[in-house]
Amino acid sequence: MLDSQMEAATDLAAASATVELDPRDRGGAQQPLLIVRDLLKHFPVKGTGGKSVQAVDGVSFEVQKGETLGIVGESGCGKSTLARLLLHLIRPDSGELVFDGDQVDAPRGITVSALRRQVQMVFQDSYSSLNPRMPVRDSVAFGPFVQDTPKLQAREIARDMLTKVGLNPDQFGPRYPHELSGGQKQRVNIARALATNPRMVILDEPVSALDKSVEAQVLNLLRALKRQFNLTYVFISHDLMVVRYISDRVLVMYLGRVVELGPSEKIFVAPQHPYTRALLASQPSMDPARRMEEPPITGDPPNPIDPPSGCRFRTRCTFAEAVCEVTSPGLATINGDTSHVAACHMLDRASGHSLATAGSA
Amino acid sequence: MSQTATLPASPETFEDQAAPETRIRSYWQSVGYRLRHDKMTLFFGSIVLLIVLAAVFAPLLAPFDPYKESIIGRLKPIGWRNHTLGTDELGRDMLTRLLYGGRVSLLMGIVPVIFATCIGGMLGVMAGFMGGRVNTGIMRTMDVFYAFPSVLLAVAISGAMGGGMMNGMLALTLVFIPPMCRVAETATTQVRSLDFIEAARATGAGTFVIVRHHVLGNVLGPVFIYASSLVSVSILLASGLSFLGLGVRPPTADWGLMLSTLRQSIYVVPFVCALPGVAIFVTSICFNLVSDGLRAAMDVRM
Repeated sequence: MLDSQMEAATDLAAASATVELDPRDRGGAQQPLLIVRDLLKHFPVKGTGGKSVQAVDGVSFEVQKGETLGIVGESGCGKSTLARLLLHLIRPDSGELVFDGDQVDAPRGITVSALRRQVQMVFQDSYSSLNPRMPVRDSVAFGPFVQDTPKLQAREIARDMLTKVGLNPDQFGPRYPHELSGGQKQRVNIARALATNPRMVILDEPVSALDKSVEAQVLNLLRALKRQFNLTYVFISHDLMVVRYISDRVLVMYLGRVVELGPSEKIFVAPQHPYTRALLASQPSMDPARRMEEPPITGDPPNPIDPPSGCRFRTRCTFAEAVCEVTSPGLATINGDTSHVAACHMLDRASGHSLATAGSA
Repeated sequence: MSQTATLPASPETFEDQAAPETRIRSYWQSVGYRLRHDKMTLFFGSIVLLIVLAAVFAPLLAPFDPYKESIIGRLKPIGWRNHTLGTDELGRDMLTRLLYGGRVSLLMGIVPVIFATCIGGMLGVMAGFMGGRVNTGIMRTMDVFYAFPSVLLAVAISGAMGGGMMNGMLALTLVFIPPMCRVAETATTQVRSLDFIEAARATGAGTFVIVRHHVLGNVLGPVFIYASSLVSVSILLASGLSFLGLGVRPPTADWGLMLSTLRQSIYVVPFVCALPGVAIFVTSICFNLVSDGLRAAMDVRM
């Protein structure tokens, strides 16, 4: 293991300490690297008479330069769709993306291909995200090669990147994906994403398919690389501990919508939305004396083709009242803290919910 | 580029990854290595090579003129005078005619498959990669051709256009395009949904570049295997066309045609009459086994 990785692992606070500006920076340090506004994607479903899966339904958030934004939620809440929307791998139905001050795919903004030169993605399935008939060094070199780097130079970059992710390029470069272990493949995927020198990397469950020891290695590698290349991460996972470990801020999704967004410590120490609380309570306790007796959350998520009216969590929420059925709560600040927001009627005094307070604890 | 500036990890860092030292070969080197150690494929490959060489150098090897008839020397058994393999119903030397017939049969076997692979493969990759309406359009058109049995379709096409070698090859090409297209389409559709295609798109690669670098390599395997198995089918179909009088016209030598004209004499010289059939059988079997071996050698996952 690299020394810098160990250092990164022990030093939690340093991750977001200073922001070094990239030579390609346009908006300055205060400009969020990515602004997402009302992103919407519904997938039409055949045979339902025009109904659609509301995978991502009006999601807005910002990603600051140099931070790691964690996105958590259950399976099927739209996390992966959101990741693909951020890179325009799926075209959004509506909503806008603003990358470093420039609107994406808009007349006066930057093009999608310009966006893809600065944003890259690491996929969950390390096997299917590498071409089985290509030696891994060629997979890594493909990105720079496509972005007009001469072939020989692209190969040099590939060698360099494989070294940086801890793989000996002479030994592993000529191998095919099936000759590598899961952790090695995911390292190659990370090398591939970083080979084009991006400013932002979207990590879609990058460690979910790895065993625990390898998971820790890869997480530490990601932290070290982030510092080395001055990267910004959007880290998607269903594993709360992983998100807590790596994220500066956390966004909680439920059925295609944002339910809570705030600094990592606040989300994990003082969650405000009932769903976030249930999610955190669903983690098994490490202490057998504090064994959990009741299920923190019951039932399956509702069908995203036919989501509940009003608040989407109300069907599984113990605090649900009449108002939750009628109106959908907006994101409200907590105790006047603008960095921490949650979408629940209980946090909005004007909502009419019986437990409503302007910022309960 | 800032990434190339520093190299934090020295080679010692990789000690924990110590793996048995394997010789690094390029793709084609490893294919060659596997082929050299596959005795079956080498054996049948050399037979195919012999057949091809015999066909190519037929004029040099043939002991007689393939069109020289002899009234007294008709339907003679194997080994009669200088005729090693006997004579046919017009007294022509069988060995000579088998050698010359191989030229036509191999041509009819290979050329239509090559054209069908190019055209059908291209259509299939296009249908598979673009999906949606393009896919529906191409694949439903292919289904129309699929509705006819391949033999019937070949007979109908060459019947409509008249006999002859060119028309025969054209008919066979048309017959092989739909199944080739289907194989390519299936392979492409499977690859298209995998994450590495998404990853390639995420680097900003265009459709053409992705197809060339990431799709073709994965589609080529199944397409190649199918094409090589089609060669023997094509030889058989071509022989069938000639047998029906739709392919090659007499007096040109062709295995199928020879089989057809000699079949009436099966009770006179049974072994001589079986020879064209044996030639077709051996050739197609060898092609099949060689294609099997090539597939195994070309699969990087073996």
